[in-house]
Amino acid sequence: MQRELARQFLHDMILAREFEQAAADQYQAGNIAGFLHLYPGEEAVAVGSLRAADAGDYVVSTYREHVHALVRGVPARAVMAELFGKATGCSGGYGGSMHLFDRERRFLGGYAIVGETFPVAIGVAYWLRMNNRNDVVYCFFGDGAANQGTFHESLNMAALWKLPVLFLCENNHYQIGTEIHRHTAVPEIWRHTTPYGIPGKRVDGMDVEAVYAATREVLEFVRAGNGPMLLECDTYRYRGHSMADSGAYRSTLEVQELMARDPVKSFRQRALEQGWVNEEDLTDIENAAQRSVEDAVRFAAESPEPDDVRKDVYAEPFHLYGGSR
Amino acid sequence: MRTRHANLGHEPVTVRARELKVWEALNLALDEAMATDEAVFILGEDVGLYGGSYRVTQGLYAKYGEWRVRDTPISENSFTGLGVGAALVGGRPVVEIMTVNFALLALDAIINMAAKLRYMSGGQFTVPLVVRMPGGVAKQLAAQHSQRLEHTLLNVPGLRVVVPGTPQDSYWQLKQSIDCDDPVIVLEHELLYNETGLFDAEAEPLPLHSAAVRREGRDLTLIAWHRMVPVALQAAETLAAEGIEAEVIDLRSLRPLDLPALVASVNKTHHALVVEEDCRFAGAGAEIAASLHEAAFGALDAPVERVAGLDVPTPYNGLLEQASIPDAAAVVGTALRLLTPRVEE
Repeated sequence: MQRELARQFLHDMILAREFEQAAADQYQAGNIAGFLHLYPGEEAVAVGSLRAADAGDYVVSTYREHVHALVRGVPARAVMAELFGKATGCSGGYGGSMHLFDRERRFLGGYAIVGETFPVAIGVAYWLRMNNRNDVVYCFFGDGAANQGTFHESLNMAALWKLPVLFLCENNHYQIGTEIHRHTAVPEIWRHTTPYGIPGKRVDGMDVEAVYAATREVLEFVRAGNGPMLLECDTYRYRGHSMADSGAYRSTLEVQELMARDPVKSFRQRALEQGWVNEEDLTDIENAAQRSVEDAVRFAAESPEPDDVRKDVYAEPFHLYGGSR
Repeated sequence: MRTRHANLGHEPVTVRARELKVWEALNLALDEAMATDEAVFILGEDVGLYGGSYRVTQGLYAKYGEWRVRDTPISENSFTGLGVGAALVGGRPVVEIMTVNFALLALDAIINMAAKLRYMSGGQFTVPLVVRMPGGVAKQLAAQHSQRLEHTLLNVPGLRVVVPGTPQDSYWQLKQSIDCDDPVIVLEHELLYNETGLFDAEAEPLPLHSAAVRREGRDLTLIAWHRMVPVALQAAETLAAEGIEAEVIDLRSLRPLDLPALVASVNKTHHALVVEEDCRFAGAGAEIAASLHEAAFGALDAPVERVAGLDVPTPYNGLLEQASIPDAAAVVGTALRLLTPRVEE
């Protein structure tokens, strides 16, 4: 483990935790509306997997995607401003928490209909393969999405045409309030690729180093033109599905057990033990994350509202009846 | 192209127009679009090796290869969504859905994704996607294969919906749709593919969303699209024998709607009748009638009426099937009633 990489992981995970806590606070304060799905507990997945990506790779994500965007380099200001619905947000205030986009960083959006990331990802990958490009498409999805038709349809097409997709399952064991043993007959999602001849792999999603190493291995396979691969990250979300969900369907004991394996704390500990960082470094990282998030909230609060409701319905506006202007 | 020597003894006059079938015109449009832009590719069920269920993609697989003419599995939602994904990063996919009935399985890709991604991304992404699909009542295909989808697609901001019915329009509008940076749904009619019409590749195209006057008249405006255009023209012939001159407008596009063209016609005729094959309740005709009432109430001598398909699933039986959609006689009957001055009771 490189010292630089360890510090990067710590920076990303601590920033992620701070950011999501601030988002929850701002939601409670009434500054963020709508649905808000938070990431605490799952940080090792976004950080470990996306830090293994090349700059040219594409990311197609779900509605729980703030941290994916942050790790991909979308500024905390632009993400927070989007949650606030402001014109300075990464989607101009038109998307919100579930629809973060950043064209420049090849962040192709958060999709809020479960199972939509599959066809979008294979479409991007089809285009890459058709043009002999070497980039890979990250396709994030949760355990619940594995039961959508698009999962199976897209796995089939990705395998048929050897498309460069990394299907990345964030298995947090719950589709909202239904636990995986009650929604999926074979709860090991990585095994669902077998009928399509796609290799699958499972990794401890609470361990950022393990996720990083596994992702690198999978990326090497996919980038070499071998077709898609699926990586299942076994993880857990501490909070409810969204701010509207108290998570009452889970026992306190279960949540406490998982929190004892906290990805941020455990990697922090390991980094100290290995001498990759010292306490002073950690304080610096924590302070920097806190400042960055405070700055993002201030920026979002002070930013202007978008003011044109008809903008960008169509790329080529027209004047006939039924148009946008 | 054929050359006609119409003026004997003089220089030969080249008549550029030739006879072409609708499917041939669509095929030509695809071929030309693919030849000029490598970003254009086709995908759908049986579009490649088989040549397309209605021959629209015939010959293109051999010419452009499997990556640009892709036979897909029967997975409408995902291969339409594949088109959306490719469109986000530079592709100009033309998705063929074998019939509109199957497009019901792809509505998530069309409505939740294609129509919304530009707006939701704050204008960062465009979705230059074309989705072609044949529909309408054909010949005794029964309820699950005889639908129209105008009612569903028209109510979706972000989509454009065009309805070419002639070879010339099929060629123009498909090429324009491929050039367009917005998602365009091209609705085709199953019974029109083998219809022949005059075609001129070099003629100046009408804009994608303009309506066209197919017959001029002063007494009544008949508004139609797809296969109801020939029905309206036939009705206009009958009405002409009774001394009534009906103007027939082929809408060519349903969203956006060329309302100015309709208003201009109604300002002249003061009467309008919408002829639609789709079911009457909450169909496109309802939108057209309401819009005309709002935009041209002062010019109308009577309320806009509709002759539409019955509000029933399409029956298999041939006689019942015919009874479920408008014919020229129904249009004539309604037109005559519409033109009869109302007497206060």
